[in-house]
This record gives sequence, C-alpha cells and structure tokens, in this order.
Amino acid sequence: MVPLYRDEAVVIRTTKLGEADRIVTMLTKQHGKVRAVAKGVRRTASKFGARLEPFMVADVQLYEGRSLDIITQAETLGAYGADIVADYPSYTAANAIVETAERLTDAEPQLQQYLLLVGALRSLARGDHDAALVLDAYLLRALSLAGWAPSFFDCSRCQKPGPHSHAVVQLGGVVCDECAPSGSPRLDADTLGLLSALLTGDWDLADESPEDVRRRASGVTAAYTQWHLERGLRSLAHLDRKQLTT
Amino acid sequence: MYEGIVQELIDEFGRLPGIGPKSAQRIAFHILQTETFDVSRLAELLTELREKVHFCEICGNVAEQQTCSICRDPRRTPTLICVVEEAKDVVAIERTREFRGLYHVLGGAISPIDGIGPDELRIRQLLQRLADGTVQEVIIATDPNLEGEATATYLSRLLQTLEIRVTRLASGLPVGGDLEYADEVTLGRAFEGRTIVSN
Repeated sequence: MVPLYRDEAVVIRTTKLGEADRIVTMLTKQHGKVRAVAKGVRRTASKFGARLEPFMVADVQLYEGRSLDIITQAETLGAYGADIVADYPSYTAANAIVETAERLTDAEPQLQQYLLLVGALRSLARGDHDAALVLDAYLLRALSLAGWAPSFFDCSRCQKPGPHSHAVVQLGGVVCDECAPSGSPRLDADTLGLLSALLTGDWDLADESPEDVRRRASGVTAAYTQWHLERGLRSLAHLDRKQLTT
Repeated sequence: MYEGIVQELIDEFGRLPGIGPKSAQRIAFHILQTETFDVSRLAELLTELREKVHFCEICGNVAEQQTCSICRDPRRTPTLICVVEEAKDVVAIERTREFRGLYHVLGGAISPIDGIGPDELRIRQLLQRLADGTVQEVIIATDPNLEGEATATYLSRLLQTLEIRVTRLASGLPVGGDLEYADEVTLGRAFEGRTIVSN
C-alpha cells in the first residue's frame, strides 16, 4: 500500500524540475519541512493551478517517494500570494520571511514556527502593518523560537536588570556597562523600545514609530539574524521599503 | 561503468538539464548504434551555437547577428513592446500571430530568495529603450506565477512615471479545462477580467 499522508502546509520555495514539474518546499504543520514533487504544475491547465505557489497555505495530500514525496492533491486554505505580490515591498519582505523559515526548520514537526509563518504571511497579505515591521517582528520571534531569544532590556549576558544601551548582536542583544566590550555601539531608547515591541507584539507602539527608528531597528534585526543563521539571507539584500515608493 | 569514450559521453549528456543517467546512456548508445545518425552535423551545430549565437543587443532575444530578426524587421510596430522573461516566451507569443510589435527579454523574473533582484534583469536596458518616446505601450507578459507577477508589479510601478500605457496579459480559465477544477486564484482572476458578451 502506498503510504499517503495529509497535512496543512505553507509553500516556502519552488524549483523547476524537468519539463513541467516543480519541487515544492513546504513547512507543514505536523511533518516539519517537506520537499515534494508537484507533477505537471507548470502546465497552464494543471489541476494544482496557483495552489502550490510560494506563500500559499494549502491542505495537501502526499505519498512518500524514495527521495522526494509526491503531491497528489492540494486545496487552498489561505491564498496570500496574490495580495502579497500586488505590493512590491510586501513581496520582498515575504521572501526574506520564507527564506528564514526554510533555514530555521527541518523535518521535525515545529508547530510554533508554522503558526508564526502563517501569521506573518497573513499580516503581509492584509496589509495590517508596514511590511518591514512585519518582517522584523517575524525574524525576532522566529529566532526566539529557535532558541536565540534576544534581550533588549536586561543584560543578555549577566541578566542585570535594564535598561541598558550597549547593543552587541554577538552577545544576544543589549549588555550592561560591565559586560560590554570596549567600543561596542550604543542604541537609543526609542530603537530598543521598538525592538522590544516587535518581539512582544506591541503593534500600537510599533505602528506609531518614526521611520528613522524603524530603520535602526531593522539594521539591528538584520545583523542579529545574519549572525545566527551563519550564512547570509540572500533575500535581505533585495528588500524594498515602502516609503521609497510613496 | 563503461570504458573510456562511451562513459565520458554518458557523463557529458548527464550534465544536461532534464537528462538522467538512464536517458544519457540511451542517447549515447543511439548515436553509437545508428549508422545513419549524422554525428559531424551535430558536432558542427554545437560548435556554431557557441560561436555564432548571441543575445540581441536591443531586446535580449537570441540572435545570430548583433540584433535579432524581429528587431531588424521594419514591418514590426515600434510603438509596442512586449516584455517577457525568456527568449522561449518570444517563440510562444510569435506562434499566436497576434502580436506585431517588438519584444524585450528580461532574462528571468525577480526572485529575492534565489538572489535575483531587479538589477540582475535587463530592466535598465528597457528604460533606455523607452527614453526616446517612440514606445507608446508596454505589454508585460511575464509568467502568470508569483515571481512573474512580482516582476510585473515592480515594472508597472517603475513605468507609471513615464506616461506610457502599461498593460498586463489577461489571466483566467484555460481553454479546454473544467471550471470546477480551477483554483481560487485563477477563478478570481477570471471574474476580475470578465468581458462583456452582450449589454
């Protein structure tokens, strides 16, 4: 008997395979990261249509193959791709989000990472907040779930109660005067406040933050992410911030 | 494993996209066993492909001269430019015989996760072509997938300042398909792009 299984999945990445197939990398709810073949998906009359495009959330049925699984059916649960792609800054942010998700997950089930990813893509699709804020909030929380929770208040090294202003990404956030290496940069209270707000989900504060503060917070988040992911995120280099277009 | 040349040939064919070890072996033995197969012609063509075929200086399509046959054709409408991802798309559109304008091949689509941004595509060359004011309409014919749509979004945002009409190919239900199997996005697009049959 063919071992069939069914799961909810977010499409992270697709790669062309052969004439009309694609390898679809998905983060599933119960089976972790799965790479599977969608046969004939590139044909215009494919039964899958847009259901297996990146950023789509789908109910998929697969059967286990020797090296890659095969997708037999897909039903849309969340069609976020069309709304995300209609806004270029959201598209570039979504790329960085799925690339991070791909790097932080493996074949082990990771429900929290799955839910965080779906939430971030849904927020981008709805345009709830500025795309760059959604990305930074996602990066900080995804890294926290992976075991690299930053601290933006108490000293990340000796846990001395904050606030502190020396920011050292290699040490996990802010550090007190005693723990700070000589010459370590200082961050202003507004930027640290925004970073904490993004980490804890205080969207009222985040949405009200001025542009220069957002830029500094994005810089810290990007540096923190790149440090922990070892290899740099390719999509971060192509980020497009909304205010450049308006 | 075979000996010498046969194995080397199988290995070389195996490097080509879409050809696995079994297919590579089948092709190698077909050449070896079929006496009528013109090996020298194939070898000549492969060499000529490298030496003579370039990308058109104007549109980026494949060409054996500095410019392609479409860019050189005076009967084509110079006020219309159709923007496509690959040279293969030019052939697909030419087969329809519906379009008589010129083309611009971008060389791919924007995909940040693969490290491809606007600077990696021939977008700068497109803007140079539009600078003299000849072109009145740009038809964006990138693939109807996520990367293609993102590229279309980026281009339309970029071109909106130029006072040039920018259009996108329609998308919707495929001819010959069943409506019940259409996915939500495609069916939604079909509704958005519906046309008046009778008032």
